[in-house]
Amino acid sequence: MSETTAIPDIQVSAAERKAPHGKTFSEHPLVQLTIVRFLETLREPEALFWIFAFPILLAGGLGIAFRNRPAEVLKIATVTPQLAQSLQKEKLLAVQQLDANAAEEALRTGKIALLAVPGANRAVVYRYDDTNPEGRTARMLADRAVQQAAGRVDPVASSDVLMREPGSRYIDFLIPGLLGMNLMGSAIWGMGFTVVDARRKKLLKRLIATPMPKQYFLLSYVLSRILMLVAEVGIVLGFGAWIFHVPVRGSLLSLAVVCLLGSLTFSAIGLLLASRAKTIEAASGLMNAVMLPMWIASGVFFSAQRFPDVVQPFIKALPLTAAIDALRANMLQGANLVQLAPQIGVLSAWLVFCFVLALKLFRWR
Amino acid sequence: MPDSAPRAVLRVTGLRKAYQDVVAVKGLDLEVRAGECFGLLGPNGAGKTTTVEICEGLTEPDSGEVELLGMHWNSDAKELRQRLGIQLQDTQLSEKLTVFETLRLFRSFFDQGPDASDAIALVQLEEKKDSRVGNLSGGQKQRLALACALVGDPDFLFLDEPTTGLDPQARRQLWELIEQFKSSGRTILLTTHYMDEAERLCERVAIMDNGKQIALGSPRELIASTCAEHMVAFSAGAKSSVLNVAALRQIEGVRDVRSENGTVEMQVTELHLAVPALLAELTRQNIPLTELSTHSATLEDVFVSLTGRHLRDE
Repeated sequence: MSETTAIPDIQVSAAERKAPHGKTFSEHPLVQLTIVRFLETLREPEALFWIFAFPILLAGGLGIAFRNRPAEVLKIATVTPQLAQSLQKEKLLAVQQLDANAAEEALRTGKIALLAVPGANRAVVYRYDDTNPEGRTARMLADRAVQQAAGRVDPVASSDVLMREPGSRYIDFLIPGLLGMNLMGSAIWGMGFTVVDARRKKLLKRLIATPMPKQYFLLSYVLSRILMLVAEVGIVLGFGAWIFHVPVRGSLLSLAVVCLLGSLTFSAIGLLLASRAKTIEAASGLMNAVMLPMWIASGVFFSAQRFPDVVQPFIKALPLTAAIDALRANMLQGANLVQLAPQIGVLSAWLVFCFVLALKLFRWR
Repeated sequence: MPDSAPRAVLRVTGLRKAYQDVVAVKGLDLEVRAGECFGLLGPNGAGKTTTVEICEGLTEPDSGEVELLGMHWNSDAKELRQRLGIQLQDTQLSEKLTVFETLRLFRSFFDQGPDASDAIALVQLEEKKDSRVGNLSGGQKQRLALACALVGDPDFLFLDEPTTGLDPQARRQLWELIEQFKSSGRTILLTTHYMDEAERLCERVAIMDNGKQIALGSPRELIASTCAEHMVAFSAGAKSSVLNVAALRQIEGVRDVRSENGTVEMQVTELHLAVPALLAELTRQNIPLTELSTHSATLEDVFVSLTGRHLRDE
């Protein structure tokens, strides 16, 4: 048949095929995979918001809400000019003189923390809500002013030294916590979503139908993660240092090691969570279930020490706790890598465990 | 005639594959010859994609053998991957990347082949070079998928339903591109459930149904062997219930008659004799003709005569 005679012989062996020309750096599959991965992240505005803008907004908002203010002036009221005069000597009290009805009203609606009224026999009666810290403070300040106006002399002289050093404020506590939370979020979301999405779109299957070395695919995620990490960490720390003067007392190298290790560990967790899931919904459920307990327990916003002693060993074993503890120790106490060994150990254990398990479970389709 | 027999570049023997609840492929033998475009035809669920994915080394068969370009998946996977061009059914390429970035990525996996720009030119997507994949039309996405399959300069090309879901114009455009690739002498295995696609592109086709091959040959041979050359269809309108179908079978030149939903389809060898005789018979039965059409038999008619079903019945 004519259809068979005209056909050129194409069943050539590998050796007969044109030898591959040497590839330039940018033509290397690992470089291409990394570039593509990086571009995909940059072109995802939502992802950029959560990675870069969100931690800054959160730090800014909380930093302002919990900023260390000079002790607040408390509003109180009284009904007689004599009492008002005595109370006004206390600088931390703002005293209003009101008629009885208006004073009642102000106390009931919380406009004032305390109402001082004269009692029988030159006594003074303080009316306040003792469950409100402001009320209790106002009680002490008001009573001290009244007693001193009446001639009381303190038997012991006292004076104050004020502590408002960078490093011991709430914002100093918060920034390393946010940094750790960000490392976790961007690595787990970044790994989990994109892998599951690529599986759902059968892109993973398409990729393994090419000669792409499979390990390059995973490696490209790690490399692009590291590129993003530099920007992520830089922005949060830079913001903290610039706006709130949050210190970094440890060496930057140790800090970089902790960030890198933390990010790799969370990437491995993300990979594990994404190893089988076929839908975004399934993956996102898994990721939330894993991250939520750590957001709460690992001391992002408040010290993990507040949880009962029995659960402390479990909390300490969480990767986010280890990451945040290490970041805080480095930034606030200047701890070096040797001092951070326990946290580094915890992170490394999670990294190896999750990565090995993820490779075992991973499905390309 | 072993000497003149064309060499098989893909040989599949005794292929079986079952999933949890269905047996997808029930013992299949195939041979694809060097330089031909071989079509695997059948309705959805016939086992075409499973067969192709086993040949592509993406699915492990339960039993059976695949020899491709003289190699086997368990020993020569790396070498095979370099020499195959694969287009999967409904892969969604990354929407955030441009056409050029996508092809540059795929090109980086292969040792040789056209560079990204040349591959774009091959599928006539030059104007869309810097467009994001997410902004391409369905036809453009399929052409990009084809380019991704061609970028390694493959000896063997797998196309799994390359034109499903495309409008007629986009289908024709893709057919032209596939014909160009064919003319360069490379081998193609194509699956489709469009019979016109197979008739136009394939030298030989295997018709699959229910995990088995039910016919094999060139489109012309298949049409000639299983049905008459012409199809005559008519509608008897309201009177179709009283139509005497058996009488129609007696007409000279009529090979088979099928009646379905008031429409009658007849396989006919000699149109010039059968049509006047049909009109005379209908007049005798006093049945008015509301519609009459004839066409040359197609692979679709072959499928119907083999299985009693239309291809896209579901």
